[in-house]
Amino acid sequence: MEFKELIQQKLQSNFPEASLEFSEYKDEFSVKLDKKFIVPVCTLLKEDADLQFLLCEDITAVDWATRKNRFTVVYHIFSLKNKFRLKLKADVDEKDCNIDSVSSVWRAANWQERECYDMYGIIFNNHPDLRRMYMPEDFEYHPLRKDFPLLGIPGSLPLPKK
Amino acid sequence: MEKLIKDDVHPKIVQALLKDTDITIEDALENEMILNMGPQHPATHGVLRVLLRLDGETVIGCVPELGYLHRGYEKMAENMSYYEYIPHTDRLDYISPMANNVAWVLAVEKLAGIEVPPRAQYIRMMVAELARITSHLVAVGAFAMDVGALTVFLWTLREREKVLDIWDILCGARFTNSYTRIGGVANDAPPEALAKVKWFIDQFDDNLTECEKLLNTNRIFIERLEGIGVMSGELALDLGVTGPSLRASGIEFDLRRATPYLKYNEIDFNIPTYTEGDSLARYFVRVDEMRESAKIVRQILEKMPQGEVLANSPKKVLPHKTEIYTRMEELIHDFMIVNFGINPPVGEIYHAIEGSKGELGFYLVSKGEGHPWKCKIRSPSFNNLQALPHLVKGHMISDVVAIIGSIDPIMGEADK
Repeated sequence: MEFKELIQQKLQSNFPEASLEFSEYKDEFSVKLDKKFIVPVCTLLKEDADLQFLLCEDITAVDWATRKNRFTVVYHIFSLKNKFRLKLKADVDEKDCNIDSVSSVWRAANWQERECYDMYGIIFNNHPDLRRMYMPEDFEYHPLRKDFPLLGIPGSLPLPKK
Repeated sequence: MEKLIKDDVHPKIVQALLKDTDITIEDALENEMILNMGPQHPATHGVLRVLLRLDGETVIGCVPELGYLHRGYEKMAENMSYYEYIPHTDRLDYISPMANNVAWVLAVEKLAGIEVPPRAQYIRMMVAELARITSHLVAVGAFAMDVGALTVFLWTLREREKVLDIWDILCGARFTNSYTRIGGVANDAPPEALAKVKWFIDQFDDNLTECEKLLNTNRIFIERLEGIGVMSGELALDLGVTGPSLRASGIEFDLRRATPYLKYNEIDFNIPTYTEGDSLARYFVRVDEMRESAKIVRQILEKMPQGEVLANSPKKVLPHKTEIYTRMEELIHDFMIVNFGINPPVGEIYHAIEGSKGELGFYLVSKGEGHPWKCKIRSPSFNNLQALPHLVKGHMISDVVAIIGSIDPIMGEADK
């Protein structure tokens, strides 16, 4: 069986109600899922003996600006055993702007989620240390959102006190 | 370095520092101190700020603070064309700009579906490997300087200078190269550049051995690094560490082998791996990798075919300057690409290469416009730095310097 089918089969049999959608574009296999299932799905992908997605390469988000579910959180994970990269996607709405943290699954997710929170303002529930990564702690905006202007907002970064 | 009082540090940072409860201290008030290292500290390789919680001279907590070099390159990428962004990739990992150029254009070509002629692929592979050599030379030299062996830095930078001269012939710039183009490279590699590469590779091994002799027989160097900052392979992988630091922990993971890109599947090379996982092993991996890179470059010089260096895809690839001035069609294409961009089809891709620090990836989302809808840089330094708090715990302040040197972070890349 091809590895993609194996992933598909394992996920579908374990999480029938996670509204899974599988797609492939330019040899990149991606799975879209309900954000409620992100932690159990990641745990399975990491700990299953056949899959072993041990490396969490990257966590980021895409701001679609005008779409109903405004953000998509994107996870790139890699299986060293099978030399396979998988993309996980979960939609997050602006009104309910949070998703469970996967830092309990991969510790690498800690900073990656902090960066995503800093840039997009998505709250990662149960994150051990959800501070901003790059911007100052008292900065009020989330710069990679599409409604943040390229030139910045005057006065948003106060000068240090004398 | 200066001693801080609690009011100087943001309360959330203090909270993060105090949360480490692995080591208990009997008299916390008398023994503990918060030490601020950086962002203007010479041993932090740029503007990395590390807050240390100390008991005497022993580190019991560490919180790295990033963002002092944050220039918002991901935001900028959303507002410029794919071509315009090439010079900006130089400024990510400014020690090996060539590798970043290659990573960016490979990602864009995957998104736009451009086939690159074989000669251009070989040239890209050559510059990427030479970039790895320069990066590791700086890493080893600066690392040795951090632990007190100053001479090595001068010797390795002398070697690096020769590669910079090759860059000069190839693309006219020594540091910020911007050599690659979407669909190929800016100029064909002239015979004198290839001859110089061959000369460099031939003499490199002896000179590297010379540098190595200074370090490998140096008891102070060995004793300061052996057993310092030990990271198991499992922990390294869990923390997202890639590149030489991961291979020093016994995990043979190299994207050139795992997901071959360019022509790496036609090249014979080894992946140096050590099992100790300490700072010394990370140094050994880098030195061995330089030798492997030299081996790869030698094979590339033998195998490099003749032919075009720019893909024949006029709607997406900028024509050469000389053609723009003399031919109407090329002038029109140039005008269209510069003004409206190359408009890749709607879709999203992630492409990663084995950069000199680890996995350097670009995640691009296109909406069919001239500029990317989203660009995410997966930078190796950022992820490798996450291991720092785990590595320094229980060591002395002077070891922190050695451990940062052994991870080899470049803040231009970590802060984006």
